[in-house]
Amino acid sequence: MTNETMSVFSTELSARFDKLVAKYPVRRSALVPMLLYAQDEVGYLSDAVIADVADRIGITELDVRNVATYYSMLRFKPAGKYNVQVCTNISCMLRGGYEIFEKFQDELGIGHKGVSTDGVFSLEEVECIGACCWAPAIQVNYDFHDDLTPEQVPGILEQYRAKAAQGGKNA
Amino acid sequence: MPKLVSHPDEVKIVSKRFGQGAANIDKYVELGGYDSAKKCLAQGPDWIINEMKASNLRGRGGAGFPTGMKWSFVPKQSAKPKYVLVNGDESEPGTCKDHLIFLHDPHSVIEGTIIAGLAIGAKLGFIYLRGEYRYLLEIMEKAVADAYEKGFLGKNIFGSDTEFNIITQSGAGAYEVGEESALMESLEGKRGVPRIKPPFPAVVGLYGGPTVINNAETIATVPHVIAMGGEAFAAVGTPRNGGTRLFGLSGHIAKPGVYELPMGYNLKKMIYEVGGGVRGGRGLKAVVPGGSSTPVLLPEEIENIGMDFDQVGKAGSMLGSGGVVVIDDQTCIVEFALRTISFYQHESCGWCIPCREGTDWLKKALTRFHAGFGVAKDIDNIQYLAENMMGRTFCPLGDAAAMPTLGFVKKFRKEFEDHLNGKPCPYAKHADLAVV
Repeated sequence: MTNETMSVFSTELSARFDKLVAKYPVRRSALVPMLLYAQDEVGYLSDAVIADVADRIGITELDVRNVATYYSMLRFKPAGKYNVQVCTNISCMLRGGYEIFEKFQDELGIGHKGVSTDGVFSLEEVECIGACCWAPAIQVNYDFHDDLTPEQVPGILEQYRAKAAQGGKNA
Repeated sequence: MPKLVSHPDEVKIVSKRFGQGAANIDKYVELGGYDSAKKCLAQGPDWIINEMKASNLRGRGGAGFPTGMKWSFVPKQSAKPKYVLVNGDESEPGTCKDHLIFLHDPHSVIEGTIIAGLAIGAKLGFIYLRGEYRYLLEIMEKAVADAYEKGFLGKNIFGSDTEFNIITQSGAGAYEVGEESALMESLEGKRGVPRIKPPFPAVVGLYGGPTVINNAETIATVPHVIAMGGEAFAAVGTPRNGGTRLFGLSGHIAKPGVYELPMGYNLKKMIYEVGGGVRGGRGLKAVVPGGSSTPVLLPEEIENIGMDFDQVGKAGSMLGSGGVVVIDDQTCIVEFALRTISFYQHESCGWCIPCREGTDWLKKALTRFHAGFGVAKDIDNIQYLAENMMGRTFCPLGDAAAMPTLGFVKKFRKEFEDHLNGKPCPYAKHADLAVV
């Protein structure tokens, strides 16, 4: 099948998607998670990703874009290898969420939705991530870090910088 | 890892397995898990629904609709398949209770879903988690796989001839998808915009079939209701408000955390005794009692409020999601209102004009106001705008944005006035909030 030879996804992810589309009563139900998993592997929703997903679900690329633009985690440009998401919503704000966000801006030299020049980090101010009782909280990709102080920020960045230096695709 | 807390006043029902390794299926079974599902399988749908009605369990997502009644609305006969939908899109600022349920007790969600399926005659259930909860989704996926392996899910659950399946689903970032009809749209692979009601999901829901949709905490509570018996569960709470609630104390509280307390627990006591009072010994300025969409309460208003749906409603607010946000006397309420409305402006799906435009203009007005460029008329305009959003949208997001705004303007008008005519905000900390 052309899907397998032409796919922008790894063999593992392709196989996972084949299972995913067959799981639901309606094929299209796979769309939202599929876009997120595709982004996890490729880094963002490129034109090629959108075309491939449209083909797998059996809808138009326009349909895929129409859905994808709705969801805040989905992006159409590359982010850093480690996307730092700082919550500044009410519970985090009251416990210093903005101070954490400012510290990350200072340390990385980038602002909201910025990407560091070496491509290791991107930064985002995000809405509530469901860690209100352990505020202020952030997510780096999918990892939670909670109950933070600005002083802990450099150490967190160092930890991920070391991971990035070790290489490995999903390090 | 989120920290677990405890207090002697807690009545641990839903949280009783937290911290005990119950994500492991054998441990869960050892702690009495899946006995309720087996009992329900033997007793049948009418018995289940009667127990649920007797329990006075009300929806933990925020609306507080009686669960047993919701289930009873699903038609017994249906040409289309019926579905159970578990709403784990937990996104209401101030709320992180489902986070702990998925982390510590994923099988209670599965067991509750099975019981809901048995009650309404569904063969398929979906457990939808917000996209940010990836590590929790992986825990849920593992739990579901283990339940299949044991024969608790699948063609012949617990060795019977009854079939029940569960599919776990990830969102991709959207507060609005926590609204029941928007969640169904998302699960059908569409933008999460709400549907007009009626028809209600119990009649026309997912894929057009009758659907029961419940909050994850509600579903996780169900096996405990069955184990205790509906009446015993009801007896824990107050009239028409059965059982306990996972209250999340956050903000300027000395001991933040998720505490399980009986419905009707006094709010002042919750803050000062359970939560240890305001952090750093400061004074209390205000309390948001049930997540960011619930109107703010003043210190004098919390004296005699029991935290159940009816009492908080009578006090002019809502119990909502049980997320209690404590605000100290050094906080600028205008800034707090601005941060709240910024959230709703970001999350409005744009489907209904009063919500899309209303949240946008409220954010603009509050931004200017907090920056010191407000005029006296703005205060009335903010109130007028919010009043005109109320009840004019498909889903409750418009109300959720308008209600807290009205609360802030009405109860803290003096603080708004203090910002007027180029005067700097007396509590200003975050200059970047002032950028339009």
